[in-house]
Amino acid sequence: MDIMSLTAVEIGRKIKAREISVVDATKACIDSIEKYDKEYNCFVSVDKEAALANAELVQKRIDAGELTGPLAGVPIAIKDNMCMEGVLTSCSSKILSNFVPTYSSDAVLKLIEAGAVIVGKTNMDEFAMGSTTETSYYGPTKNPWDINKVPGGSSGGSAAAVAAEEVPCALGSDTGGSIRQPASFCGVTGIKPTYGRVSRYGLIAYGSSLDQIGPIAKDVTDCATLLEIISQYDPKDSTSVNRGDNDFTSALVDDVKGIKIGLPRDYFTEGLDPQIKEAVYKAAEVLKSKGAIVEEFDLGMVEYAIPAYYIIASAEASSNLERFDGVKYGYRTEEYTDLHNMYKKSRSEGFGTEVKRRIMLGSFVLSSGYYDAYYVKALKTKALIKQAYDKAFEKYDIIMGPVAPTTALKLGESLSDPIKMYLGDVYTVPVNLAGLPGISVPCGYDSDGMPIGLQMVGNAFDEKTIIRAAYAYEQTRTYSRPAGVSERGL
Amino acid sequence: MTITDETIDYVGILAKLELSDEEKLQAKKDMSDMLDYVSKLNELDTDNVEAMSHTFPYNNVFREDEVKNGDDRENLLKNAPCQKDGCYKVPKTFD
Repeated sequence: MDIMSLTAVEIGRKIKAREISVVDATKACIDSIEKYDKEYNCFVSVDKEAALANAELVQKRIDAGELTGPLAGVPIAIKDNMCMEGVLTSCSSKILSNFVPTYSSDAVLKLIEAGAVIVGKTNMDEFAMGSTTETSYYGPTKNPWDINKVPGGSSGGSAAAVAAEEVPCALGSDTGGSIRQPASFCGVTGIKPTYGRVSRYGLIAYGSSLDQIGPIAKDVTDCATLLEIISQYDPKDSTSVNRGDNDFTSALVDDVKGIKIGLPRDYFTEGLDPQIKEAVYKAAEVLKSKGAIVEEFDLGMVEYAIPAYYIIASAEASSNLERFDGVKYGYRTEEYTDLHNMYKKSRSEGFGTEVKRRIMLGSFVLSSGYYDAYYVKALKTKALIKQAYDKAFEKYDIIMGPVAPTTALKLGESLSDPIKMYLGDVYTVPVNLAGLPGISVPCGYDSDGMPIGLQMVGNAFDEKTIIRAAYAYEQTRTYSRPAGVSERGL
Repeated sequence: MTITDETIDYVGILAKLELSDEEKLQAKKDMSDMLDYVSKLNELDTDNVEAMSHTFPYNNVFREDEVKNGDDRENLLKNAPCQKDGCYKVPKTFD
């Protein structure tokens, strides 16, 4: 049996049944990373010794009956923007390329408490700014379905590592689509929870009002199981909510009878690859045949989400990234004349092009004389976008559509034209602006064999309905692996 | 919107970034393209719309004012690029 072909929950079950040990699972995971990651570059760092030592400890605690959860002993990877005590946390940036946090993010702590074994930190767009994982200081991650293509981003390392079976599951973060889009491009499943579900404590901030941590895995069951673990209330994050309704695995039910699904007509317009449109409509037919009520409607505001998003996210980024100044942590330039020169040189040498672009834009839209025209205007637009969703959720339980207008693009195709790259986020950013939960599940392949993702968006804190519908849809399909992965060992 | 050299220099001061001449040229173009693009928002009538910073009606979150963390100086300084006598060391700020 190949351990790495299993899902996270299946691995957890086999560990519990003593068919395999925690060390077996961890070794299988690290072997796979050592064998295949040279090709895909999913990881920024892997700590083999620490993971194996931890695996032995976890096994003892399982044997002692202290760890009984579904992911006890299961290996997992963490996106490199979540702090982990004693482990390099770089945000894939030169400016944090020497940063070893002295504390762990809450999501990481919750995983450790549940007995998961963290094997490494995954590659990402620098500070999560990008949709391709090409802006990483550590070089691009390659898509396991076609190594000439991007894995999506910014959680491209996490999504590609799951698709390449280097790890059974991973955490990502999603500010404008950074979990859902790479999950879609890599043929795996990812959930962006409602804003406030998962604590952001220890997540290095990009756009604080939009950032959410979430799971990426091979199936809906794994994602729901992971989300259940990481979404407990945390008093250290003042936006963390305490609702007590995070029993997401209870929603893993193969039944969509009577669930009302709305397909926004304004999603299926010019710019959307016709093959994706067809795949999404087919998925709608499948859900209809299982008893869901599917209707088309006009959502509205679709074309205003990207401009509003890039103003708000860049503004927040320019403020959040002020802390990187070469004084308290991170990179400091070698030669400088005075304090201001040291700040400027450290930042200019430490940040990459896309990060500088967004800091500049953010500083401009917040500057005196432009604040109202750009920043306040964007916040008002956000209110209108939220209203459009509120209206839609009066009629529907789920809003369904594509994750992205195209499948994975070729490496090197996107960065030269930033606005074109930003337009690829058209279906994902409005969900962040409105704070809503969204899931991306595979729903087909284009003529080049690249995966297509289906997005279901739920009302605030109603992750369960999208988990249920995604699970029901998933039962009609079988999980597919990239050729390079399914042919291993043959 | 045309971005002047003065604007780019001013934004560079706000952003604490030192751009090379080549980077400045590119930044002027990028920012001007982006501002033209986001001006699409002007199509929307937002006169009677309140700016929304939080999507959900969060109220202020209060807690008792109790000290729970101790002296963490050693940990805080662990990542300092430069330190002296238990403090961050920075270049001279005034004469």
